[in-house]
Amino acid sequence: MALATIAFYLMATVTVLAALAVVTARNPVHSVLFLITSFFSAAGLFVLMGAEFLAMLLVVVYVGAVAVLFLFVVMMLDVDFKSLRQGFAQYLPVGLIIAGILTVEMIVVSTAVATQGAASKVTGPQASAPDVSNAETIGRVLYTDYAYFFQAAGLVLLVAMIGAIVLTLRHKPGVKRQNIAAQTLRGPKSGMTIVDIKPGAGEGE
Amino acid sequence: MIGLTHYLTLAAILFTIGVFGIFVNRKNIIVILMSIELILLAVNINLVAFSVFLHDVVGQIFAMFVLTVAAAEAAVGLAILVTFFRNRGDIAVDDASVMKG
Repeated sequence: MALATIAFYLMATVTVLAALAVVTARNPVHSVLFLITSFFSAAGLFVLMGAEFLAMLLVVVYVGAVAVLFLFVVMMLDVDFKSLRQGFAQYLPVGLIIAGILTVEMIVVSTAVATQGAASKVTGPQASAPDVSNAETIGRVLYTDYAYFFQAAGLVLLVAMIGAIVLTLRHKPGVKRQNIAAQTLRGPKSGMTIVDIKPGAGEGE
Repeated sequence: MIGLTHYLTLAAILFTIGVFGIFVNRKNIIVILMSIELILLAVNINLVAFSVFLHDVVGQIFAMFVLTVAAAEAAVGLAILVTFFRNRGDIAVDDASVMKG
């Protein structure tokens, strides 16, 4: 039990500190790297709770896809990030006040819910059905009761993919492209002409 | 013993850091998008914590859908950002009102 407590506090601290570094780092590349750290330790917390499937999903989807996407965009765009930091000190006091109020409120409500709500009567954490792995527990519900929602999630991803392609695709004028239809329809008649050249005149344009 | 309160408190702190990040980085839309990701991570921690401590797997399934939507949102947001950068040569959000539909 003591080891689990130490692990929780370690990973929670890393998550929070990395998240703070994300929003305060001067260089956006560092922000992305801290975001990866934050997600990684959050995945560790999921493992600690017993939700291994979601932990792996977090690592694969966020660290493997979303964070790398962010990294690509940050490195691809040639932006002066110093000018974008203007107003940081100006908004800092208001941000701190609102953040403080929000944290206190949410912690009070969370404590009330956790100690007096429905979860207070339940004994101990349990992420999976008995004698079944976490992935199988999720699969049993996801592919039966939530099959339509699962399909809808796939549709959301498809729309996002098409949207991203449509937004970023651009046709430059003057670029030569292969026209396969024109290529295959080309025959001896259209591809070749016989020119009658008079002797001694040569071939003129 | 780590209970539900600990996880909810952590999620609350993460959520607030996300909101704080949107406040202080008003011009840098990349950091704003990362702050939104942090907020969604906090939501996911809440969902999974309740799922685990209520012995109900539905919370984890909902967290998965949140993850899906977050990934889609990041992809489309960054695509809009790239298009905006191509048109303006800058990503200052103050000028974003020129898009106007």
